[in-house]
Amino acid sequence: MTDHIVRTQHLTKRYGERLAVDDVNLSVARGEVYGFLGPNGAGKTTTLRMLLGLVRPTSGMATVLGARPGTPAVNGRVGALVEGPGFYPYLSGRANLRVMAAYQGLGGTAVESVLERMDLADRGDDAFKSYSLGMKQRLGVASALLGEPDLLVLDEPTNGLDPAGMNDMRRLIVDLAAGGQTVLLSSHLLGEVEEICDRVGVISRGRLLTESTVTQLRGATSLVVRAEPVDVALAVAMRVAGDDRVRVVDGERLDVEVDSAPELTRALVHAGALVHEITPHERSLEDVFFELTERTAPTEEVAR
Amino acid sequence: MNALLISTRAELLRLRSWPSLWVMVGTWLLLNVMFVYVFNYVAYNSGDSTGLTDGLSPAQLLADMLPAAAPESVYQGMPMFGGAIMLILGALTVGSGYGWGTWKTVYTQGPSRLAALGGTLVALAAVVVGVVVLTFGVDLTLSVLVAAAESQDIVLPSRDAVVEGFGVGVLILGMWAACGVAVGTLARGPALAVGLGLVWALAVENLLRGVAGIWSPLEALTNVLPGTAAGSLVGAMGVPAIDEPGGTPGVLGILGGGPAIGLLLGYLAAFVVLTAVMVRRRDVV
Repeated sequence: MTDHIVRTQHLTKRYGERLAVDDVNLSVARGEVYGFLGPNGAGKTTTLRMLLGLVRPTSGMATVLGARPGTPAVNGRVGALVEGPGFYPYLSGRANLRVMAAYQGLGGTAVESVLERMDLADRGDDAFKSYSLGMKQRLGVASALLGEPDLLVLDEPTNGLDPAGMNDMRRLIVDLAAGGQTVLLSSHLLGEVEEICDRVGVISRGRLLTESTVTQLRGATSLVVRAEPVDVALAVAMRVAGDDRVRVVDGERLDVEVDSAPELTRALVHAGALVHEITPHERSLEDVFFELTERTAPTEEVAR
Repeated sequence: MNALLISTRAELLRLRSWPSLWVMVGTWLLLNVMFVYVFNYVAYNSGDSTGLTDGLSPAQLLADMLPAAAPESVYQGMPMFGGAIMLILGALTVGSGYGWGTWKTVYTQGPSRLAALGGTLVALAAVVVGVVVLTFGVDLTLSVLVAAAESQDIVLPSRDAVVEGFGVGVLILGMWAACGVAVGTLARGPALAVGLGLVWALAVENLLRGVAGIWSPLEALTNVLPGTAAGSLVGAMGVPAIDEPGGTPGVLGILGGGPAIGLLLGYLAAFVVLTAVMVRRRDVV
């Protein structure tokens, strides 16, 4: 129980007629990088806002670090960047961080260390309003890092960053987790989540569709088989892999959920089939994601 | 308590570097100096006692510019433009944070929302006190210069008059600043809050008081408006009301000093409570 840093139960937020977050049960374990994945408008940010105590749930509950979100004891141990960085435009990056550090009762050393870490020390004295989108985003993450919080909540942290900046950000997140901090990040970039997250929660239209490790979500590796005659190949594949683990694709190829290519090949040859192709096929998170989100596309939306 | 202290410190840190704050403080001081000293001094020296000075005798004009009258100089412009400037300051201080997204950042730092709001209010109170002290300093300096230039004896105001003047100034400016904070929070942005706040303070209240003159049922309401209380307090301190000869815009003779102070304190408390309820209960989006 205690190794869950974040846990929600039936968390729901309704804005008038619209259910922004619908009965979400998720859990984030200590020390992991948890990816909150979903298309734009799926309810990611609203969920994160509820976990930070900025938005009150309509029903259900959330526990962060063992207490109600948004209480001073919890907020002091959480660093957050939600829906873009929010800073005083007339202050420099450094002065903005000093103000936020002052709210935490921290001094200037903490500010210098996070500026350094986010590669902003050189431009720290320039006004926030003169920053590029990427620099603003980095300052937002710098502010989240102030005070070395146990939990970092980062809403689309690579937003506005160039490829090099994205790479740095991913490395930073992996480093943070290696150092024992827990990271909950939201993203609509599948590659990003696949690369750095230990576990993912997929959300669409306010509902958490699934929650598991990236590997589990992708499922087992399968083999694509092109062999003739198809009916012979199908019978062999079903015998080797099991009846429900073979699908016929486009009437000429088989998708077989089995690990051992040599075993299947030998069986096919033995049965007299002509084998044209056997290729291992690893589903990407993208495949799974679209499968999951398309399945929940609402009928009433289509009807409109 | 600690959360309130660190929030106040953080809020002062960002307010003191805010150009808009200094623009507003500077505007108030400039208007105060222009209307109390510059225009009157020019009129006094040119011997023109019509126009700007509303028929005051040269002796009266000079007396109003001497050190003994400095407390009145400090607060006589507050019901009209001092309050309006503080309303803008309050609305901008709180309202801008919603547009910039800084409240959501602040609310995730540690202190509770109420502690953060408390920090803002204490910081604004410090600004209000600072403005009144600064105005006293400027007005006393100028009045001593006028006395010296016109070879008058330098008679400083009594300690009681200074303390009273300070209290009147802080109460009126504080009430309008709190009003600005409340409308800034209500509107969750600076533009609408400043616009509506100013229309209310400068136009609607005066229009309502005008209508109340011909339709008496409205009078019970207009007699307890915030502007009425502020104007009446200054009137009760001896500054001539706008409907008297040589009267000052915004100054009224409707309420006595006691009821005016009570109303101002009541409005101040009501605006603070209203803001606290909104800040605590509403979602930050």
